Amino acid sequence: MHDHAAEASLFKRRALFTFACVVILLGVLLTNLYHLQILSYTDYETRSNDNRIRVVPVAPSRGLIFDRHGKLLAENQPFFSLELIPEKVKDIPAVLTELSTLIPLSADEQEDFQKSLKYHRRFKPLTLKNRLSESEVALFSVNRHRFPGISVVAGLKRHYPYNGMMTHALGYVGRINDRDRAALQRNDLWKNYAATKYIGKQGIEKFYENLLHGQPGHLEEEVNNRGRTIRTLKSVPPVPGQDIYLTLDLNLQEKAVELLNGRRGSVVAIDPRDGGILAMVSSPTYDPNLFVHGISTKAYGELLNSRSRPLINRATQGQYAPASTVKPHIALLGLEDKTITAKTRVWDPGFWQIPGVERKYRDWKRWGHGWVDVNSALVGSCDTYFYELAYKTGVDKIANFMQPFGFGERTGVDIFEESAGIMPSKDWKRMRYNQPWYIGDTISVGIGQGYWTTTPLQLANATAIMANKGKRFVPHLLQSIKDSTAKINSPVDEMAPIELKDPKNWEIINNAMRDTAHKKRFKDATYSAAMKTGTAQVINVAADAKYDADNIDEHLRDNALVIAYAPFENPKIVLAVVLENAGWGGANAGPVARALLDEYMLRDSWESIQ
Amino acid sequence: MSTQNHRPNIWQRLHIDLPLLFGILALMGFGLFVIYSAGGEDLALMERQLVRMGLSLVIMFVVAQINPEVLRRWAFPIYLAGIVLLLGVHFFGEINKGAQRWLNLGFMEFQPSELIKLAFPITMAWYISKFPLPPKKRYLAGAGVILLIPTLLIAKQPDLGTSILVAASGIFVLFLSGMSWAIVGTFIGGVLAMLPVLWFFLMHDYQRTRVLTLLDPEKDPLGAGYHIIQSKIAIGSGGMWGKGWLDGTQSQLEFLPERHTDFIFAVIGEEFGLIGSLLLLAIYLYVIGRGLVIASRAQTSFARLLAGSITLTFFVYIFVNIGMVSGLLPVVGVPLPLISYGGTSMLTLMTGFGILMSIHTHRRFIDR
Repeated sequence: MHDHAAEASLFKRRALFTFACVVILLGVLLTNLYHLQILSYTDYETRSNDNRIRVVPVAPSRGLIFDRHGKLLAENQPFFSLELIPEKVKDIPAVLTELSTLIPLSADEQEDFQKSLKYHRRFKPLTLKNRLSESEVALFSVNRHRFPGISVVAGLKRHYPYNGMMTHALGYVGRINDRDRAALQRNDLWKNYAATKYIGKQGIEKFYENLLHGQPGHLEEEVNNRGRTIRTLKSVPPVPGQDIYLTLDLNLQEKAVELLNGRRGSVVAIDPRDGGILAMVSSPTYDPNLFVHGISTKAYGELLNSRSRPLINRATQGQYAPASTVKPHIALLGLEDKTITAKTRVWDPGFWQIPGVERKYRDWKRWGHGWVDVNSALVGSCDTYFYELAYKTGVDKIANFMQPFGFGERTGVDIFEESAGIMPSKDWKRMRYNQPWYIGDTISVGIGQGYWTTTPLQLANATAIMANKGKRFVPHLLQSIKDSTAKINSPVDEMAPIELKDPKNWEIINNAMRDTAHKKRFKDATYSAAMKTGTAQVINVAADAKYDADNIDEHLRDNALVIAYAPFENPKIVLAVVLENAGWGGANAGPVARALLDEYMLRDSWESIQ
Repeated sequence: MSTQNHRPNIWQRLHIDLPLLFGILALMGFGLFVIYSAGGEDLALMERQLVRMGLSLVIMFVVAQINPEVLRRWAFPIYLAGIVLLLGVHFFGEINKGAQRWLNLGFMEFQPSELIKLAFPITMAWYISKFPLPPKKRYLAGAGVILLIPTLLIAKQPDLGTSILVAASGIFVLFLSGMSWAIVGTFIGGVLAMLPVLWFFLMHDYQRTRVLTLLDPEKDPLGAGYHIIQSKIAIGSGGMWGKGWLDGTQSQLEFLPERHTDFIFAVIGEEFGLIGSLLLLAIYLYVIGRGLVIASRAQTSFARLLAGSITLTFFVYIFVNIGMVSGLLPVVGVPLPLISYGGTSMLTLMTGFGILMSIHTHRRFIDR
């Protein structure tokens, strides 16, 4: 019944068939492998590397900031924290108890730690305590053999050793917030900040963020499926930020802060030879270090709501009526415009009237200056002379002439916190208030009041142009940049000078300012100087009314101003001082200017420093 | 047929087929290399695997001494015993990893499905070879019953991998016996028709997930898709020449799960590349070829069918395992034969090879 031969040959055919099937199916497997390993190789190789390689960014250390003589104004201070690697500590509660005999751990700290421990990789360090004191670091270091798996880790934090002395110029860094992040992303810089925690928020720290920040480095680490680092494949060290030198002169700044002594006001000193800012004080000030560590809401609220507005940079954002400090510029315009000559004389009876109008514009001297020419009008700060001059000149001409002196425009100083002030004109008033210009408005402008406002920096800058006889620089704080090899001076931004039809007019005005200085304030000075004071009304005093400083609310008292420079022959320093609600400019701001110029001109080490 | 070579050589007297043994040892050696790498250079692990290999070689040797005639006689009783044990598992078995596969015999854990894997093709071959081949349709009903009972019992455990292997081994017997193409076609059609039933009524959720995952592993890359994605990354990133022994990042850094057991092929693909995979497939093809040669040279239908079935089932292991690891088939628990770390399947496979050797070396060298 069995046909063995037939069965055997049937089997052979079937076996051959199945063998063919086997070969085909192995071919299918191979085709698939070919697809995976050859055709899609790069794709899978990338994914395999993505699996195993973790790129850890390393933050660059921030560039330091120095004053012009190399004194450190912003540094990176090490701070220490205590970290624990959970898998290396056998009995965590017991170790914590033992540790707390050395370094006090508050209940909160312990609780926070226990909480975060639950969601933490066992092989990754976890912060136990932040900001250890130096004695705690020392104490732990001596005992560290008792605590395997716990270590002190150092980091760097920005520190401003002079605290509030130049907060408004330097600014500060703070933790990167959502807005910083958005701004960085817009400028395609966010990738540089992967490891960075702090960013410049104000002042120089913000303006030169790109220089100071540096380039991040990174570590390429090989990790396993649980993220544990197996080894470091590659290490690209970060490029530290560049150190920068400011034009600030720490001693002068210090002196200015001392002289202001917390009073509301501002001092700006400029080197007229290159526009470098020697001092920039805004008072009252605050400690920038508070912002680095994260300021408490309460402390911030106090700063924000303080009536003396410490957060404002008065030097660049404070807008003050320049008052008589701009009389030199008005007079210069009069001479240049030939409205007046050096010899033109005006009779000052103590008031001035628009022809045909009853209203009297009072001179500050009730009984008048008598006959004044341009020199005596400046020295005595005669209002009447300038009422008349402004009336004859007209506001638009004034505005046009003042514009190249920087009035009504941002100076372009290298911090972002700057206001433009107001240089009023007919168009401006129509735009701003939708009102016509009145002749009375022009009269106020003639003595630097009314709508005209300037920042102390603008005032100092305009004075520098005057002292320079038309030479103009963009005022700036950055002096030089130091990279790994050299100190590179940052280019000085010189603008086209102001050319007068008659350059002698510069002399006439500057001479008058010299006479002003040496008549009284600088009478006994061993160097030559020039100055002009100003007293700006904060409230309008009604015509014929008498201003009585003693019976007026402090915030409504006059602002005291002074501009000054020295030495007269070839000026090295130009000053603008504003003291809010201090009263007479000459009496209150004048001594500040004198003391500052003394400090700068008479320092023993002056020659050696230069 | 020639009869002059009556004096069997030493290997024949030991009932060892050298070409087959060579293929087996090549695979085992390859496996040891890979396990050393995949197991994280764990010598204890290597030692256990070596012991298993030694033990399974001994078992192969012992089984090779048994005359196929004995197997044929005992086939059905063993099969029945296996069914009883499967039922035992069903009612008294240990639950492990959500599946009921083990019988606790007190001194050892025992998987009756492994016994069935062996007993079943023998029984099938015994049953089919009783009749003149090709089998008449009426015998097929009996074959179907023999096939379905264990397959369904194992599938119910659930152990999809084993039930596929068992069913395949039975189907191979039927196919090799010369079942008519019409029936083969009908059968394949029937299986295809059963698929929706299987999907909706018989498969567990996790099995369905595995199939869905195969179709779109990226849908759940950290969950169900993780195994298959990491495995494909491992294989794909091996490229042509591989990353080198012990240098596979997917396996050494433990991104690849089950890397020394079911997914060991991914380690081979990663560390030895397409060339290494090709070499492995070549050895497998050689072993399969040798198995089919042994089957073809066997003198009885029973021996032929049994040898063919054992060989082709060996291939099913390979195809299902590599297919699943490289993302062609859903994930089912089938090891890469003779390579994967683990004992049970190696013992079963080596018993099968023992039977192959027995079939080859117990031929009576006579003319018929």
